[in-house]
Amino acid sequence: MLRFIIKRLFLAVAVAFTVSMISFSLLFMAGDPAIALAGESATEADIEAYRVQYGFDRPIFEQYVSWLGNFLTGDFGKSYYFGTPVFDLVMSKLPVTMTLGFCAITFAILISIPMGAIAATRPNSLIDRVALFIAVVGQAMPSFWFALLMIVAFAVKLGWLPVSGSSSWYHFIMPTIALGYYATPAIMRLTRAGMMEVLGTDYIRTARAKGMSPTKILFKHALRNAVIPVVGLAAVQLGFMLSGSVIIESIFALNGAGFLAFESISRNDFPVVQALIMIFSLIYVLLTLLSDVLNAWLDPRIRTA
Amino acid sequence: MLKPVVNLAEADATPSPAAQMRRRAMRNMSLLFGGGVVLIVALCAIFAGFLAPQDPYQQDLTARLISPIWMDGGSWDHILGTDQLGRDYLSRLLFGARISLFIGVVTALISGIIGTTLGVTAGYFGGRVDAVVMFLITVRLSMPVILVALAAVALFGGSLQVVVLVLGFLLWDRFAVVIRASTKQIRSQDYIISAQALGCSQTRIIMTEIMPNLLNNLIVVLTLEMAAAIIIEAGLSFLGLGVQPPLPSWGLMIAEGKDMMLFLPWIITIPGVALFVLVFSINLVGDGVRDVTAPENRN
Amino acid sequence: MQSLMSVENLSVEIPVGAGLLKPVRGVSFSIEKGETLCIVGESGCGKSLTSLALMRILPKVARLSADKMEFSGTDLKPLSERKMSALRGNKISMIFQDPMTSLNPSFTIGNQLMEGIIRHQGVSRKEARDRAVFLLEKVGITAAASRLAQFPHQLSGGLRQRVMIAMTLMCSPDLIIADEPTTALDVTIQAKILGLLKELQAEFGMALIFITHDLGVVARIADKIAVMYAGAFVETGSAEQIFNAPMHPYTKGLLSCIPVPGKTERGSRLGSIPGVVPSLINGVSGCGFRSRCPVATEECAIEPDLENVEADHQLRCVHSAEYLKKMTWETAE
Repeated sequence: MLRFIIKRLFLAVAVAFTVSMISFSLLFMAGDPAIALAGESATEADIEAYRVQYGFDRPIFEQYVSWLGNFLTGDFGKSYYFGTPVFDLVMSKLPVTMTLGFCAITFAILISIPMGAIAATRPNSLIDRVALFIAVVGQAMPSFWFALLMIVAFAVKLGWLPVSGSSSWYHFIMPTIALGYYATPAIMRLTRAGMMEVLGTDYIRTARAKGMSPTKILFKHALRNAVIPVVGLAAVQLGFMLSGSVIIESIFALNGAGFLAFESISRNDFPVVQALIMIFSLIYVLLTLLSDVLNAWLDPRIRTA
Repeated sequence: MLKPVVNLAEADATPSPAAQMRRRAMRNMSLLFGGGVVLIVALCAIFAGFLAPQDPYQQDLTARLISPIWMDGGSWDHILGTDQLGRDYLSRLLFGARISLFIGVVTALISGIIGTTLGVTAGYFGGRVDAVVMFLITVRLSMPVILVALAAVALFGGSLQVVVLVLGFLLWDRFAVVIRASTKQIRSQDYIISAQALGCSQTRIIMTEIMPNLLNNLIVVLTLEMAAAIIIEAGLSFLGLGVQPPLPSWGLMIAEGKDMMLFLPWIITIPGVALFVLVFSINLVGDGVRDVTAPENRN
Repeated sequence: MQSLMSVENLSVEIPVGAGLLKPVRGVSFSIEKGETLCIVGESGCGKSLTSLALMRILPKVARLSADKMEFSGTDLKPLSERKMSALRGNKISMIFQDPMTSLNPSFTIGNQLMEGIIRHQGVSRKEARDRAVFLLEKVGITAAASRLAQFPHQLSGGLRQRVMIAMTLMCSPDLIIADEPTTALDVTIQAKILGLLKELQAEFGMALIFITHDLGVVARIADKIAVMYAGAFVETGSAEQIFNAPMHPYTKGLLSCIPVPGKTERGSRLGSIPGVVPSLINGVSGCGFRSRCPVATEECAIEPDLENVEADHQLRCVHSAEYLKKMTWETAE
């Protein structure tokens, strides 16, 4: 088990490095960043001044190394727009996004796993078809449209929930649903498929022959085995939600890292964008690492090897 | 006149697997319904010029925000109403279908080519090549797609071509994963080993033996990625960093209607429903193909 | 005196695409306390489904019907699922064929041993634990206490099957149904497990329904034998009757397939029964064995009933007992 963790750790680090290189090179992809910074009416001298000030005159590799070094020590540079350290900016917004993501995946799991498990016990029944229908519909709904519809329905017509802002937990309800429902079909299908497979095994037959109650068979014996791959999927989906938070936060004006990303992109605030891409990627890498480890730990065959 | 010794028609009474598959395809609800709708949308897109009652770019500030036909104040001049610049909504919707389908098809093709090439290479050659491709896939998966797409579009300017290229170069991961798995599975089959024993070149084996068998899975993933591309483009355009106005991208139409959605919900509902119906149908086609070609994988 | 378990005309039907499959057709038997009944037959004759039917854990699509199905005086047929599950693992236990897949890979041996007795008899965890250790030692597993914390994948097939046996004994059942428990094991381990079952039966006094296709196994442990073919019993009787005076052509055929040291001549060919089992979809027309039987006649087109030939020796065949006594497979060909 330890060897497994170490191997995965190495892989995670390698991936993180590669992502950092891509993220760094983003700055240079649209031409000379000094020109972008200096603005439209700048003279050659102005551009050159910017170039020297921001170190763009150094060799690219040297810039990368220094950028990476800074990044690892927590220096993400300064925002072009605010002038304040990017690190502070990002860290102040990240908790909102992480909360949103966590709530969204919890919401998705709380709905999908029981639905998938019960659908598996009654294949082709009404509840099975309803579950599959929800899955199919969920996959086809654009999240931003769903969010807007919810706003019209719940905030305006019914007046139950606030439209935007992030001051109370009420404000998180609609964003959570808008972000979380997209993961529901995948998790539900995987749970259902896994449960159907598990319910046909010999050891479930043994549990029945021992006279265990149906609830116990379903939720202890079967689910424990079927849920193993779902854990991995949930972690990956959480990572995707960070990406999707850009849209959702913008719609609901939630003051999180996703909203910051969108605004920074619109303002060409490159250091912030770079840092956010790095952070989101690192979080994703960490999540997949954790999920692999959790996956391996949940299966006693791997855990005790 | 000679009588046939063997009645070939009787001897070959059981239909071939291909014929059986075609029969299943004819009866599969998902395939028929989904395929039908996609076909209708495609026809609307292709013949938008004939079908659209008006020019989608034609503004008429005297005829702004007219309701659709089923509400008060609607008229047959503008069956689906007009937007805030007086442009006919139905026409915009029809021309918007072109954009969505174009994005879906071209993006899926680009990412399909990239992903399939990587997948086949990894699956066929295995070993270090496989490890490298898996690493690339992992790196790609670690990148937040929407964020990177937004940044790329901001850098290179928003336009249909940029969006297609950016998404095409980002959405190949599922292709690579699925094709790699399928290639590995096919590769271990006996007929591949026979071909190798006969001395066929690698390229020949890949092209003639492996590729045809990948087709089924490939089609399913194509539909999935088409749907994904359409939704993501709509999202990008909604945020203003995708297709630029005045193009009638459905996502853009939703964005433009956002300010009025509280009073005139139909203005965002109509393009949203169009998006939903198109993506839903594409998914149905994918499900149908999966059911028909591999019924044992059915959920 | 009332039998421990008594079954009359048990049938199982499964709707399939081509019609109605009837893998079990009118099975009847009874078993007394402490007795061993062996149900013998080739693969696909319906013996496993019969055992699942007795426990009422058939797959959902299968339909069970019986004139009588009684256990310890309780009619099993109308019993609710709750009451039936209270019997399972408690008064009637079952051992399955493949020990490699019959245990849950995600829970410890101890957990799986103890959960049954805790549910059925409400004992404390400590009491359950003690009983588990006691039984593990009884089935010949060393270091029993430490085994409780192990997972199934850490034990060999033979050990896992011993654990399964211990598991069936946890609640001191009156009846154990064993569905080919030794088929998946090595021959040497087979012998050990059989010996173990016999010892445990002598010590704890439970009845045993043992399902197998292996006549060698039957010879070792059976008190009563039921020979099953194509979903129905074709001959039943005591072990002596079946082995010394087999009547039904199928039984005779089975016995002639086994070489017996001392009796079978060197160089002589082992018997084999040509042909295949008929399809059981929509029932069987006439005697199920007639397509392979060397003495089949037109009368075999109507399936005969199971009838007494001697005391407790039943037979399903149109031919008379005297004719069958003299019939052998070699002379009939």
